[in-house]
Amino acid sequence: MSEVVAGYYPYVMVGLLLLIGFHGMAVKRNYMKKIIGLTIFQTAIYLLFIQGAAKSGATIPVRSTEFGTAAANYINPLPQVIVLTAIVVGVAITGVALSLMLQIHRRYGSLDEEVILKQVGEEA
Amino acid sequence: MTSRYDSIFLDRVARAIVPVVQIFAFYVITHGHYSPGGGFQGGVILAASIILLRISTGEESFERFPRQAGIGLAGVGALLFALLGFLPLLFGGAFLEYGMAIPGMDPVTLRYWGIFFAELFIGFLVWGALVAIYDALTTGGVD
Amino acid sequence: MRILAVVLMALLGGALAWGAQGLPPRGDPGSPASSHEGVSVHYIENAYAESRTPNMVTAVLADYRGFDTFGEAVVVVTAAVACLLILLRSGAPAGGASTGAGGGAPGRRKEPS
Repeated sequence: MSEVVAGYYPYVMVGLLLLIGFHGMAVKRNYMKKIIGLTIFQTAIYLLFIQGAAKSGATIPVRSTEFGTAAANYINPLPQVIVLTAIVVGVAITGVALSLMLQIHRRYGSLDEEVILKQVGEEA
Repeated sequence: MTSRYDSIFLDRVARAIVPVVQIFAFYVITHGHYSPGGGFQGGVILAASIILLRISTGEESFERFPRQAGIGLAGVGALLFALLGFLPLLFGGAFLEYGMAIPGMDPVTLRYWGIFFAELFIGFLVWGALVAIYDALTTGGVD
Repeated sequence: MRILAVVLMALLGGALAWGAQGLPPRGDPGSPASSHEGVSVHYIENAYAESRTPNMVTAVLADYRGFDTFGEAVVVVTAAVACLLILLRSGAPAGGASTGAGGGAPGRRKEPS
């Protein structure tokens, strides 16, 4: 039982963060809270990738002379590369989402979803 | 959001630490070979130093780092990275295959310096892009 | 609307719990991602010999997977340009023109009553 808990606790953590992010995006009415839910969702995905790179008893993937070149001594560098790229792309996406939200606020005067949808329905 | 945060303490401290932060950022970029770091991390630290300058000193920072310089820096970084990738094509290699960029040199040394210049150009690119996003959000885009 | 969202969240939680059973436990050195001979093991063992770079993450990012990094750089520049274009205001020099002196913003502006 303790091996199951020790081996699978990261997936429980990632699942909880995914559900919190999904709740923020789907249930909340304010657009700023939806964007924050998106950011929490992205963070959960980064953690999922990083957990897949761990190896028990291994060190960081910078080659040092005392560990040689055996592959079992260094953790997997490939998921770290994809998460590094994904974090910077996530910041850029958050910037575009915030600029869209700013333009919506200039146009409709509110950030509440139901108020904006009612105004769109009146204009159509 | 478009005016500075008016505090003399923040102004003085920010002027003192922004050069130190930028030197540390260039250290992180150039030591990407030997320690965790590289282009993306250093670029984000550089953008954070410019944003701190915008928050603390307001209008004066637009004389030191103009409004159009952000997106220009990002474009120049992307162009240089693309040119670095096209250089091996002239001498029979593949795109971004640094080992065949200059005929006659040792491929191991060429890959070492190719990785170094790629990280440097990525650092400039991320710096410019994040400062451009911040400037667009707070001052309403360029004309 | 909220009931639908809560039901969807319960379904998503159930699907994640069912899918996580097939994933390898944390820290397993024999997992398929960590012991693939062609990719991960090759990069760890040959990064220093082929490019004299001790940091394997930088060698993979800029050398072995350089094309993906180039595509990501183009994505970041495109996002910055898109952000500038969405917030374009013609005629207004700097920000703070909230009294409508800038003009030219797309769409109607709310008239102060």
